[in-house]
Amino acid sequence: MSAPASVAPPAVIRGERLGDGLDAAMRVVEVPMAALQRLLGAARMPYVFILPNMVLFTIFVFVPVGLAIAYAFTGGTNLLIWDRPYVGLENFRALLDCGSYLEPSTCRYNLFWTAVHNTWWYTLLNTLGTLFFALVTALVLNRLTRGRGFFRAVFFYPVLLSPVVVGLIWQWFLAREGLLNGFLTDWFDTRIIFLLDVGWSRVWVVYVSIWFHMGFFMLIILAGLQAIPRDIYEAAEIDGTSQWRQFWCLTLPLLMPNLLVVTVLLLIRSVQVFDEAWVLTNGGGPGTANTFIVQFIYQTAFSPDLRLYGLASAASVLMGIALLALTLSQLWLAKKAQV
Amino acid sequence: MIAFLARTRHPGRTDITDWLAWGWATLGTLVVAIPIAWAVISSLKTEAEINSFPPALVPRAAQTITVEGQEKPLSVWIRTAPDGSEQTVALVRRVGLSATVLDPAKPEETFRVPVTELRQLKEFHLQFSNYTEPMKQFDFLRYLWNTVFVTVVATVLTLLLNSMAAFALSKYRFAGRNAMFALILSTMMIPLSVIMVPAFMVIVGLNLADNLWGVILSTVSTPTGVFLLRQYMLTIPDDLIEAARVDAASEFRIYWRIVLPLCAPALAVLAIFSVIWRWNDFLWPLIVLSSPENYTLQIGLSSLQGQFNVQWHYILAMTVVTLLPVTVVFIFLQKYITEGVASSGVK
Repeated sequence: MSAPASVAPPAVIRGERLGDGLDAAMRVVEVPMAALQRLLGAARMPYVFILPNMVLFTIFVFVPVGLAIAYAFTGGTNLLIWDRPYVGLENFRALLDCGSYLEPSTCRYNLFWTAVHNTWWYTLLNTLGTLFFALVTALVLNRLTRGRGFFRAVFFYPVLLSPVVVGLIWQWFLAREGLLNGFLTDWFDTRIIFLLDVGWSRVWVVYVSIWFHMGFFMLIILAGLQAIPRDIYEAAEIDGTSQWRQFWCLTLPLLMPNLLVVTVLLLIRSVQVFDEAWVLTNGGGPGTANTFIVQFIYQTAFSPDLRLYGLASAASVLMGIALLALTLSQLWLAKKAQV
Repeated sequence: MIAFLARTRHPGRTDITDWLAWGWATLGTLVVAIPIAWAVISSLKTEAEINSFPPALVPRAAQTITVEGQEKPLSVWIRTAPDGSEQTVALVRRVGLSATVLDPAKPEETFRVPVTELRQLKEFHLQFSNYTEPMKQFDFLRYLWNTVFVTVVATVLTLLLNSMAAFALSKYRFAGRNAMFALILSTMMIPLSVIMVPAFMVIVGLNLADNLWGVILSTVSTPTGVFLLRQYMLTIPDDLIEAARVDAASEFRIYWRIVLPLCAPALAVLAIFSVIWRWNDFLWPLIVLSSPENYTLQIGLSSLQGQFNVQWHYILAMTVVTLLPVTVVFIFLQKYITEGVASSGVK
């Protein structure tokens, strides 16, 4: 260890400080690994290093992807794939069997199409709303000379909360006895049971999502804003360009690649809405007003009285195709943004 | 010269847009803080207070008084007599619209008054039993322990396995390296929501259903972690590794004793993320875990809320306990987290 010691003192100091006990413990792992290296040769060691990761990825990602497609072509309620009969395209046919795609009640699986419609509206409103608030907040923070770090932390904080916590906090805030209804009673002498009303509950699901995730997208946009060189603005100011014009003609075009990536990222996330909406609306209610595609898949597969794994997988495959298209367009946009 | 330029660019007066910016930031802070603050305040209220409407902005409880000749402490009320005079009374019992009260100064004389003349006296009171009771009534400690176990074990394994893979990908040339890296990155494109049915079948096949290890193992290899660590390891000079090889150090020893300690900053960032991911995980534990003794905090919390008789005073207290660790981590490591997100675009 003498040669690296001279170049990398931290490693050695740390090793000394932690003492001989840990040193012995570390040797317990090192000795068999050194033996393995003698057995395989140094050239094969990288495969040993990468193996555990690849095994886990194979078991929990690659195999399931293959199985998802296989499941989609099978029927019945058995979980294990070899117990399931092949039914061809029947699951897809059942899902896509619709009088009119704009009217979920004319479809054979109207819950699926209700979920698709809900997800579509949610995706549209959530993407536009989050984009707007994240952009404005990023511009505001970029402008602040003092307190930027503090406000950045405040706006980012909700991102780190769990979906269950966010759902519960807002359910309590909007409850019959909640703070918002307290104010409504005080000021307007009225009370609204927000989460039992179809229209209101949808509004609040979108609002809570924006509240929850806005900080993440704000941070990405803020990083983009700070990458714009200052001297461009100085030049514009010398030319007497108004701030409004500076925003439309400088900031927005320069930020566009960043915004496009954020938009696609938002679309990808929105299509997969589930956790916080599920907790907030007590499982997609009222009725099916806030039932989204992931919830449909989850319920179709795992409710004790359904267990339609094939149908759920067919729905997953359809959603996966949509997500794949979005992801590929994101990669394409990200690549274009770098050039 | 510089002072002159600075003066023309910043004329010293506060622009209207500066005021708007401050207004937006302040308003936004309130929007973020109020629902959370409301949950924290409510979690300290008594059950009676939490169900009373309109809600009080501070946690209060009924003021009580112990009166001679009465078994239990009595609640204290202000009585406004029809002639407008006010009197402090203690409530003995209440039947319909009339109440039996007594004057605490003369405990032997009770008299009846209409309830409309009474107004209850309340005092500031923090109901800490909301936090201690769930530990006894529900398996809350069990959920907490399960979550801590999953978080710690998964994070340690994530750091270990991802750094090993990153080491192979950044410091060696071998056949299939780029293909493997591409494969690992491609898993970023496959969200759990698409593969949850077959992933659950795999868990059942491995006999890990309703088992905390089923939650842990499927989450430890993360494309984000491998990517983050690989990028960091690329900046470590290869000379260091060559020098160690000359000293006949085994490959594992190079990884373990040289590369890993040098990666400490990147490992720290990944550890922070991993702790937050695992602590907050919901959908996957919801699918894998089925018996209450294996629930994590998140699953336990959401199952309590779904019960028929929602006990908000307990649920809110447990919600606060659940958000506390993440909040503490954030307060101390805020800079690293926001910078990590901004630079790598991961959450």
